[in-house]
Amino acid sequence: MSRVDQGRRQILAWGAAMAGVALAPGVTLFDLAHGRAPTEPASSKVRWGMLVDLNKCASDCDACVSACDKENGLPTEKTATSAQWIRKVELKDMRGQVRSLPMMCQHCAEPPCVDVCPTGASFKRADGIVLVDRHTCIGCRYCMMACPYKARSFVHEPTTGQRPEVPRGKGCVESCTLCVHRIDRGGIPACVEACAATGRQAILFGNLNDPESEIAKRVASYATTAVRADLRLDPGVRYVGL
Amino acid sequence: MSRETYSRLEARGFWALAFLGAAVALAGFLAAHAMETSGHVITGMNNQVVWGVPHVFAIFMIVAASGVLNVASIGSVFGHAVYKARAPLSGLLCLALLSGGLFVLMLDLGRPERVVVAATHYNFRSVFAWNVFLYSGMFTIVAVYLWTLMERRMAPWSKPAGLAAFVWRIILTSGTGSIFAFLVARQAYGTALLIPMFLAMSFAWGLAAFLVVQSTMYAWNGLALPADIQRRMRNLLALFVVTVLFLVAALHLVNGYFAKNLAFERFILADGGVYPVLFWGAYVVAGSLVPLALIWRPGSTARDLVVAALLVIAGAFALLYVFIVGGQAWPLDIFPGYTTSSTFGDGAIASYAPSLPEVLLGVGGLAVAFLITVVGVRALRFLPQDDLPAAPAAAPAGR
Repeated sequence: MSRVDQGRRQILAWGAAMAGVALAPGVTLFDLAHGRAPTEPASSKVRWGMLVDLNKCASDCDACVSACDKENGLPTEKTATSAQWIRKVELKDMRGQVRSLPMMCQHCAEPPCVDVCPTGASFKRADGIVLVDRHTCIGCRYCMMACPYKARSFVHEPTTGQRPEVPRGKGCVESCTLCVHRIDRGGIPACVEACAATGRQAILFGNLNDPESEIAKRVASYATTAVRADLRLDPGVRYVGL
Repeated sequence: MSRETYSRLEARGFWALAFLGAAVALAGFLAAHAMETSGHVITGMNNQVVWGVPHVFAIFMIVAASGVLNVASIGSVFGHAVYKARAPLSGLLCLALLSGGLFVLMLDLGRPERVVVAATHYNFRSVFAWNVFLYSGMFTIVAVYLWTLMERRMAPWSKPAGLAAFVWRIILTSGTGSIFAFLVARQAYGTALLIPMFLAMSFAWGLAAFLVVQSTMYAWNGLALPADIQRRMRNLLALFVVTVLFLVAALHLVNGYFAKNLAFERFILADGGVYPVLFWGAYVVAGSLVPLALIWRPGSTARDLVVAALLVIAGAFALLYVFIVGGQAWPLDIFPGYTTSSTFGDGAIASYAPSLPEVLLGVGGLAVAFLITVVGVRALRFLPQDDLPAAPAAAPAGR
């Protein structure tokens, strides 16, 4: 074998090794991702949703709220100007009976926030998750005027303690992303996980379009409520016991 | 009317006014810069009252910009010579008010530097996106219209241009009303009635703004507005003020009949603190009834008309404040039949107190409109004069 050939072989070997090093993290990530491949687009075959059981949700528990704040790097102090992606709402009916439920973006199939957004920054993914593109949001707040659930927050203050997976920015509007960064890795939203950890398991997460999924079965067999059902927005978040 | 008969402002006075306008506009710009740097936390706005005083100023100016063109439309489209003499001034005021309104609207954005995104990314389902087109179209059409009015060779085109401007501004104000009409979520909005209501408001407020500027210009030049013109414009203002009152009354009466909206109507009209005071005191009495009395009283003077116009404008701000801020202060009825509470203001009336930067931004927008008017009047000939015979070249105007 000539010296030139040997040199070529060595270059090829180094090249292969380097390609291996470069690809390895991607392959590992691909392996970790039980949901879908990073290059695969979200599919409309899936409709992510949540079912909240008020009978299991305790008034004095805000595990879901704390988990959301931590996961998404949100301020823990609750003021009129702070971003609150999920909140506990206390409901008192005419008999004085008090119940509590978590309220967040309802990920509507017909989201008014998406309709009114002038730049298209508010958008709905094929799998039903309603998001804000932080690059095209101009901070006009029209979506906040349009949302019937008061689910959106405007970032009034400079942001601190941001999480790499959850970019935030002063002057933009934001809301619950259904922990899309977790879902795309095959995980579940932080609030669902935290609620389960308390042992209450009041929030069930899953694919509403899969008839075999637990959430689809429960929605099919129990009376569930869509908040402001009169508006016919077909929210992806449903409630039991409301 | 001959172009040579227009008068000019005195130089010294012009520079003083231009400097004043520029200084206030700059203060507004600096206030917006502070809001951008520190965030909207330095304003009174919050996650419930998301549109505050800047929107009151911006919407007033955008609505009035459309209405002020009414004077030109009556001249060019309907062929009334008295109004045609005022068409150039009407066009200039339209451009000035629209610029002032957009100045405030753009600088109140959370990300004002992304205005280029708003100009390059469109969601055609959004009323807001339509409005971006309507605003830019308005500038172009009114600029062309002014050209046809002020350039003798273009005079034959003034009628079609005037007609285009007339149609466009009706659509523009319908678009502004639709911003609120298309909101399903809040009890204060979400009704098609807002579209004719905004149109009527634009007629009244635009004419009021025109009358104030016209009388100032006449006074500046030591001239008096001819009695006949005064009478016509006075009656027109009264008609528009009554129309707005009628539509506002219809809105609240119908809304108040719906049991689900009763609490909201009571809040706005009776027990909501500052909102009922502004509604009844500032809008209904001071902004509508007093101007009507001034206009209709026997022996009403030119001065009465100016005071009436100023009161109509003050009433407009009060009405918009009640409509925009009051409409948001009332909590969303997310769970009908329940009493609600949360850390996010559910079930609670939101408090809102405008801060200095946002008021400065709003006033800065008015200053932009003022500056454009002063410079326009100085650079070109906009002062109407009626006591001279029509020039032979004046196009097919007149009745």
